[in-house]
Amino acid sequence: MSQTHRLPNGGRVDRSKVLTFTFNGQQYKGYEGDSLAAALLANGVDVIGRSFKYSRPRGIYAAGAEEPNAVLQIGATEATQIPNVRATQQALYQGLVATSTNGWPNVNNDVMGILGKVGGKLMPPGFYYKTFMYPQSFWMTYEKYIRKAAGLGRSPTQNDPDTYDYMNHHCDVLIVGAGPAGLAAALAAARSGARVIVADEQEEFGGSLLDSRESLDGKPAMEWVGKVIAELKELPSVTLLPRATVNGYHDHNFLTIHERLTDHLGDRAPIGQVRQRIHRVRAKRVVLATGACERPLVYGNNDVPGNMLAGAVSTYVRRYGVAPGKKMVLSTNNDHAYRVALDWLDAGQQVVAVADARSNPRGALVEAARAKGIRILTSSAVIETRGSKHVTGARVAAIDLKSLSVASPGEWLECDLVATSGGYSPVVHLASHLGGKPTWREDILGFVPGEAPQKRVCVGGINGVYGLGDSLADGFEGGVRAASEAGFKAVEGVLPKALNQLQEATLALFHVPHEKGTARAPKQFVDLQNDVTAAAIELATREGFESVEHVKRYTALGFGTDQGKLGNVNGLAIAARSLNVTIPQMGTTMFRPNYTPVTFGAVAGRHCGHIFEPVRYTALQAWHVKQGAEFEDVGQWKRPWYFPRNGEDLHAAVKRECQAVRDSVGILDASTLGKIDIQGPDAREFLNRIYTNAWTKLDVGKARYGLMCKEDGMVFDDGVTACLADNHFVMTTTTGGAARVLQWLEIYQQTEWPELKVYFTSVTDHYATMTLSGPNSRKLLSEVTDIDLDREAFPFMTWKEGLVGGVPARVFRISFTGELSYEVNIQADYAMGVLEKIVEAGKQYNLTPYGTETMHVLRAEKGFIIVGQDTDGSMTPDDLNMGWCVGRTKPFSWLGWRGMNREDCVRDQRKQLVGLKPVDPKQWLPEGAQLVFDPKQAIPMTMVGHVTSSYAHNSLGYSFAMGVVKGGLKRIGERVFSPQADGSVIEAEIVSSVFFDPKGDRQNI
Amino acid sequence: MTTANVYQQRPDSGAKAESSLHQANLAGLIGKGRKNPGVRVREKKLLGHLTLRGDANDPAFAAGVNKALGLELPVALSLVAKDETSLQWMGPDEWLLIVPGGQEFAVEQALRAALAGLHISVVNVSGGQQLLELSGPKVREVLMKSTSYDVHPDNFPVGKAVGTVFAKSQLVIRHTAEDTWELLIRRSFSDYWWLWLQDAAAEYGLNVEA
Amino acid sequence: MLHIFCPHCGELRSEEEFHASGQAHIPRPLDPGACTDAEWGDYMFFRDNPRGLHHELWNHVAGCRQFFNATRNTVTYEILETYLIGTKPQFTEQAAPLITTATREQGEKV
Repeated sequence: MSQTHRLPNGGRVDRSKVLTFTFNGQQYKGYEGDSLAAALLANGVDVIGRSFKYSRPRGIYAAGAEEPNAVLQIGATEATQIPNVRATQQALYQGLVATSTNGWPNVNNDVMGILGKVGGKLMPPGFYYKTFMYPQSFWMTYEKYIRKAAGLGRSPTQNDPDTYDYMNHHCDVLIVGAGPAGLAAALAAARSGARVIVADEQEEFGGSLLDSRESLDGKPAMEWVGKVIAELKELPSVTLLPRATVNGYHDHNFLTIHERLTDHLGDRAPIGQVRQRIHRVRAKRVVLATGACERPLVYGNNDVPGNMLAGAVSTYVRRYGVAPGKKMVLSTNNDHAYRVALDWLDAGQQVVAVADARSNPRGALVEAARAKGIRILTSSAVIETRGSKHVTGARVAAIDLKSLSVASPGEWLECDLVATSGGYSPVVHLASHLGGKPTWREDILGFVPGEAPQKRVCVGGINGVYGLGDSLADGFEGGVRAASEAGFKAVEGVLPKALNQLQEATLALFHVPHEKGTARAPKQFVDLQNDVTAAAIELATREGFESVEHVKRYTALGFGTDQGKLGNVNGLAIAARSLNVTIPQMGTTMFRPNYTPVTFGAVAGRHCGHIFEPVRYTALQAWHVKQGAEFEDVGQWKRPWYFPRNGEDLHAAVKRECQAVRDSVGILDASTLGKIDIQGPDAREFLNRIYTNAWTKLDVGKARYGLMCKEDGMVFDDGVTACLADNHFVMTTTTGGAARVLQWLEIYQQTEWPELKVYFTSVTDHYATMTLSGPNSRKLLSEVTDIDLDREAFPFMTWKEGLVGGVPARVFRISFTGELSYEVNIQADYAMGVLEKIVEAGKQYNLTPYGTETMHVLRAEKGFIIVGQDTDGSMTPDDLNMGWCVGRTKPFSWLGWRGMNREDCVRDQRKQLVGLKPVDPKQWLPEGAQLVFDPKQAIPMTMVGHVTSSYAHNSLGYSFAMGVVKGGLKRIGERVFSPQADGSVIEAEIVSSVFFDPKGDRQNI
Repeated sequence: MTTANVYQQRPDSGAKAESSLHQANLAGLIGKGRKNPGVRVREKKLLGHLTLRGDANDPAFAAGVNKALGLELPVALSLVAKDETSLQWMGPDEWLLIVPGGQEFAVEQALRAALAGLHISVVNVSGGQQLLELSGPKVREVLMKSTSYDVHPDNFPVGKAVGTVFAKSQLVIRHTAEDTWELLIRRSFSDYWWLWLQDAAAEYGLNVEA
Repeated sequence: MLHIFCPHCGELRSEEEFHASGQAHIPRPLDPGACTDAEWGDYMFFRDNPRGLHHELWNHVAGCRQFFNATRNTVTYEILETYLIGTKPQFTEQAAPLITTATREQGEKV
């Protein structure tokens, strides 16, 4: 049988378009326009999943974002799996595949259900903490099964085939919600000419009007909605976003909207289309027209499938043409819910009775129900229901409100649907995301948004304005206000007339009493998603939790994806009563973004795969690739790490590259080093203040190595700076430090020493830099340049300009390898051509490209530091044995000088950088390994330092390392020991950190 | 005393020149793609780029710039242009001058001559950045996907230029004609921008123009 | 995400264009050598952590690369003003009492 619960007519579905879908392996049919929930109900599917904690069977309970039970796993293939989709918010499409999230092995036969059934009382709040706490080591084991059984959906194990992205917007007025108030606000704002965005989470605009009995100007309300949409669509400054949930209200009117562009079309987005999009909106004014959410009454067994929010019943009947039952009992404390009884009758179904907690209801809808002969039991409520996988009856009894007790045994009414309405809660989530405290209004029995600094207007249901006519007027006025506050001229408009009916007040009833008392009554659920009962909340208060936030955390009330949409107010009311305080005294918990779950795909947007983050390349990248380089990430840069030949591994390649540089000549792409052009009459003075060493006497044409310290005296960058002209320098920085150093210079220039006339400009990208290093570098370079390379004419630590490979170049004679070296700087556009000429000329010298690894080895052989590897932000120049680089007599108290003279920085026994030579030359000290003086001491040992750099494969022929050791510079020749994880100990001699060519002859051959 | 070291950095014609998007082979994509693409892209490469610094409040500075370039100093977030030369405000004491490729050396000398004695800085950055011109009806959508800056014409009229965050890095957006925008991209990030633009514009169609 | 008025660019920009650089108005001692270790430590490490108005140093890194100051309410995150380096704020804790509605009882994130 197909669609057993589909009404013969009615609803906004297209009955000519039949769609097939599967739920838990079973195939069903529905119509275009159905939500998945509507289609499931149309097919009489009762049990939709198992509850989170007690594993009780659960059915569809609501019709919108507040649905607590029908949280499903969607996806026809592994790659298209989406967890935690509310069936009430998922449009049906052809071929949709859905499965229950909870329930293992399946929803009808559930392992945890047995535990839940037997053990209701065995599982109080804090159950998992209390039960599985000890022994702690078992928790991991328990957790695996608990998680599996509780089930929170699962993510796909394959890559999502669809595209997601972001779109940034700026608007004058953002309207959240396209119900009557929101649409009226949109009209007002849009007509003023403002840039307006209207976002609504539903498949179509209309909000409560989508299933309303009410008329506007004597016509069905949706006709007015159609007219409004048509008008808004004509305005170029208006953006309409259906299927778009405003999920977060962030600082300074920045809101995030999750739009599901193609989720209603199929399992995958149509080719070329984006599936979901996050809109990031900055709005001058926000109009919150989020409406109100019906809340249920809390009574026994109120979770058995067939219990449903009253308004949801109307939605299924009127919007989808689905009757989720035949015989309904309605339990209410307000007038508005009576429309559900009327809708039910109109649909040809039976209203068994209405239980109204009020003693003498006389509102217009009540009278209309009475006139139709509906049995109304006053001062009564549904106390409990029965049924296992579906409701079979409801017990209605008289209740005494003063003592909150049951006043009569009542009667069991046979029914298959219990509709419940306990009043309405304004949807204040977005209004509270930034911390604005909602305030309780006794007249509407709900929290409304409190005062907040945000530039926002709340209209309609969120304000507790519930009547249709009032809501339209409130919305229009709010729209006018928002637009005029955003700087637009107010407009006038004529609103359609709604029928003004007498509506009586809602009665303050939240928790329906039971003769047995809360603790012994059948479970009375407050939060269906998190399985929190009234008894659990009372228990929490008895156990001493008095703050609403603590009660929430102890019981899980309103946790996670639910965010308290249905249960929050009921839970507070129960806690307040239990603690004998009022609801406003109790206060409410905070709501947090996101309002409903957002897929990770949407969060990632386009920032995934090959464009996950920027990758920076030098002008020579293509050549490196051609040479077969392996690359290393240095910040965002890709740098050649090593250039393997004939299947070499890292060590073999590095050994060969090292040898080539020491024996003949190698070439390194040094373009990634930061380069900062410095100009101005005070450039030199600025360098004096920012570097540890002195710059006053550096002549034009010369270059000097410099260390930079932070104010605390700790080294934070280094590099060579050259004097290009009296007022002109070029500074190099480490690759990773380039941006940081430029900022460092700017902050001091702009905020401390604005009187110094100096400008800084990054030229990192402008120049490509090729380093030729090795004894044959002069010979090689001379073949492609017109610069006089004679060692007297072009001495160490100077620079020259000339042609290299026919292209103007600035060449620096500096060295990081200890070998004779030239750094050739070329405007990057021309670097590839120059490189090709150098490589051609280099063939006879076995010119060998080398990467960062070889560079690291060669510099370590010379004892040159790498900032960030041999330093860690806690080392002064003296700690690094670089006191020679400190200008102790500079007149200005330069950055770091005061800091490095603190008592702690000048004491003995600081860790100092030394060379470490393993006694067994084949042993390699792991980088980061801790050092001790006595390996035989008891654990925990006294650690005296650690290894910072260590290289087994190099040009020396033995393993060596650099490291810091307490008082190390006075311990040259002594031994240190490095105990390893496997119990072995590596013994090393403390030596000078300069392993190779200590006199520095080679860089000047 | 020399205040600055200035030299001709661009070789005589004949040297091999590669723009920062050389490897992407945009030239090979010209004429391919959809018939009516939403976005068209054109490389404006190998131009002369000079970063100019100086005191905007000093009338002598503005006068000197005007003398050397024939352009008024643009005010905040704006761009002035004459023929193939444009001058853009980058910060309260910083401007970007773009001239036809090869003219940057002469222009720098002219600027230095006109501004002699003032505290200024002129830096040739031609090799480090280039312009990508985007045109077409969907450029604004692509920009909206990429930057949180408001690119609506009410806020971003023709002649405006702003430095901002774009995707996960930073660049400068210049609005040069109704449907035409330029991105000033740094050399080392070019590959990322090109990949990003292809991805972001895919749904609208992206063609390469000569 | 904050919306910050850059006093150099003359318009509001998104927070992601900026870099926060800590508390404003902490001048470097003119003669660091004359500072005791305690005084130097104060300059180096000790910062205010007010509940209310806070003067902060920001840098418009993605825009004009200029530093400027901002007066921000650390409770509501409102930015009352941004102003140039070397100028004084109009809003100070004494002059402008807290204009906040949020309270201490706010909960934590779940």
